[in-house]
Amino acid sequence: MRTGALIVAALLLLAGCTADGGDDDGPVTLRFQSLAWQEESVQANKDLVEEWNATHSDVKVEYVQGSWSSVHDQLLTSFEGDEAPDIIHDASDDLADFAYGGYLADLTGLLPARLTSDIPQRSWETTTFGDGVYGVPFLQEPRVLVANATWLKRSGVRVPTPEHPWSWAEFRRITEQLSGDGKYGVAWPLKEPVSATLNLSLSAGGQLFHRGADGKVTVRFEAGDEVVPRTVHDQVGTDRSASPTTLGSGGSDTLPGFFGGRYAMVPLGFSYRQQIVQQAPEGFDWQVLPAPAGADGLAQGVSPQTLSVAEDSPHKKEAAAFIDFLLRPQNMVRLALGDWMLPTGTQALADPALHTAKDDWATGTALAEHLRPAPAQSVRGYAEWKDKVATPAFQEYYSGAIGLGELRERLEEDGNLVLARYQR
Amino acid sequence: MRTRPAARAGRAAQYTALLGYLVFLAFPFLWLLSVAFKPARELGSLHPTWIPEHPTLANFRQAFDEQPLLHAAFNSLIAAVGAAVIAVALATPMAYVMARRRTRLARAASGWVVVSQAFPFVLVIIPLFLVLKNLRLIDSVPGLVMVYVVWALPFALWMLVGYVRAVPVELEEAAAIDGAGRLRTLVSVTAPLLAPGIVATGLFAFVTAWNEFFFALVLLKTPEKQTLPVVLTHFIGTEGVADLGPLAAAAFLATLPSLVVFAIVQRRITGGMLAGAVKS
Repeated sequence: MRTGALIVAALLLLAGCTADGGDDDGPVTLRFQSLAWQEESVQANKDLVEEWNATHSDVKVEYVQGSWSSVHDQLLTSFEGDEAPDIIHDASDDLADFAYGGYLADLTGLLPARLTSDIPQRSWETTTFGDGVYGVPFLQEPRVLVANATWLKRSGVRVPTPEHPWSWAEFRRITEQLSGDGKYGVAWPLKEPVSATLNLSLSAGGQLFHRGADGKVTVRFEAGDEVVPRTVHDQVGTDRSASPTTLGSGGSDTLPGFFGGRYAMVPLGFSYRQQIVQQAPEGFDWQVLPAPAGADGLAQGVSPQTLSVAEDSPHKKEAAAFIDFLLRPQNMVRLALGDWMLPTGTQALADPALHTAKDDWATGTALAEHLRPAPAQSVRGYAEWKDKVATPAFQEYYSGAIGLGELRERLEEDGNLVLARYQR
Repeated sequence: MRTRPAARAGRAAQYTALLGYLVFLAFPFLWLLSVAFKPARELGSLHPTWIPEHPTLANFRQAFDEQPLLHAAFNSLIAAVGAAVIAVALATPMAYVMARRRTRLARAASGWVVVSQAFPFVLVIIPLFLVLKNLRLIDSVPGLVMVYVVWALPFALWMLVGYVRAVPVELEEAAAIDGAGRLRTLVSVTAPLLAPGIVATGLFAFVTAWNEFFFALVLLKTPEKQTLPVVLTHFIGTEGVADLGPLAAAAFLATLPSLVVFAIVQRRITGGMLAGAVKS
């Protein structure tokens, strides 16, 4: 942090402190880097920028297109060089290092009460690091089961609803019932096994990361943490009710098999519905089901998309005002529809457009109240723990190469060594 | 003249291997071509076909509607041509000196050229960013061209040194005996023999700059200045989910200039490669 500050100070000196300080007479120009990428979403963002510019002659916003695939490296370099956009679109699980590094502005006191009270506290927790709030969480998505509706009806199994979801044990039984003849009840796309496992484990009371009285975090793999991994492992290795070939795949890779009648269900993010609508064969009947529930009901972790302001922006107030405009309830609905996700704002979430049966919006909206901050996102060292310890350990466990005991040992022993380095 | 059966079988095996290699090389491009013309429903098919069942231009239309592909291609072209021309202009005289003057400095320079290839992008990007910022060359195509030149120069130099060494020094000595001065010898004797190597090196610098993504991503801020590889990533969303049809259509168009340039200068490159490979 100190190094970053020194670099910024040196650059300002070298650049002759030419940055405008906001006292110029001309209109202020803000750069808004958006990561919207789907056609409707890009259009919604551009339209909103246009509407802002049409009504705010003194503060102009310039739309800059960013990309999810490279946002972290690109932002890091921009921050170091004092060239970051004023308003930054990202996800809450990417903010910790930037927030602790002093690159993002603390939004406490900058945002209007309307916005702060509209978004639930549990969502604000995803962007709160230490004493500051470093982003506005605005879109999120639960992980759901996308099912072949015809297959389910034909099999006669009970179809779950948000009010009466399957338990994890029931889910396992049903996938076994649906399997056979080279077909599987479920295909788990677990290319990124850690976030999927940890987020779903909240339903079974899993926590994994435990913060002590001294503020230090340790990993403990307890009974609640075992439920989801054991279910997946047993579906693949014991019941043969989950396809072993999709464990290394991304969500999109499982869709051809799903459309082709090879898998009855695929656990996917809620926004995958857009791809399904586009790619499903004519007449293919699909539906969204809630993920199974455990001891803690339908709880699951999420890392919402966020809007932040760069610490070095000379126009923080104006940037916060633009964020407020962008996240007015009716605008948040437009952004949510464009991205096929759920808004965090309670007023936007109540909008009738998000409660329709079409494309199963209503099922997802009913799950919103159960979404919690992803368990690990504020833990320093999480990224290294995930890449070096947890990802290979979960992959080996799911493929049957190691047992639950060794999984626990690696997550805890190796994991705590990694975390300890970040908490000295 | 009759060929023996063993020789014929050997030749057949060679052609079979060559065909296999061509298929291996062509597969990604042909698949890209196939996907670019497929409607969304065919992309989700469990049994994909090479030839689209219902070919469509919708992916191309969507790609052009959503992203400024032509403008980005123009930016890429400026950066790639600029980098290729400057890299070749700098590397040719440097390579000549390094090849002809076997001094300690030349040997040290050759060693440094090889070592410099070992630095990964991520190691240099932040210092480079700060240097360019001080030079006020961030967010400018000339700044990007400068980076591409520096990035391409070591390998271009290494390539050209090989080509210069392949030009027999006796030819230059003969020209000198015939009364040609140093400049005349270089222009009339050495340069024509080096032409294939210069074309090959220029093509290498062009393709490197045309395809480059990370520097362009970090150094260019203004949307109007972004290059084609950066714009292509706008079709990719969270968790690697991609808008596959438009992405394939745009990527297919992005590969065309390299293919066209390669097709035009192909014969010269072949000549150049042979010239560089044969040591006198």
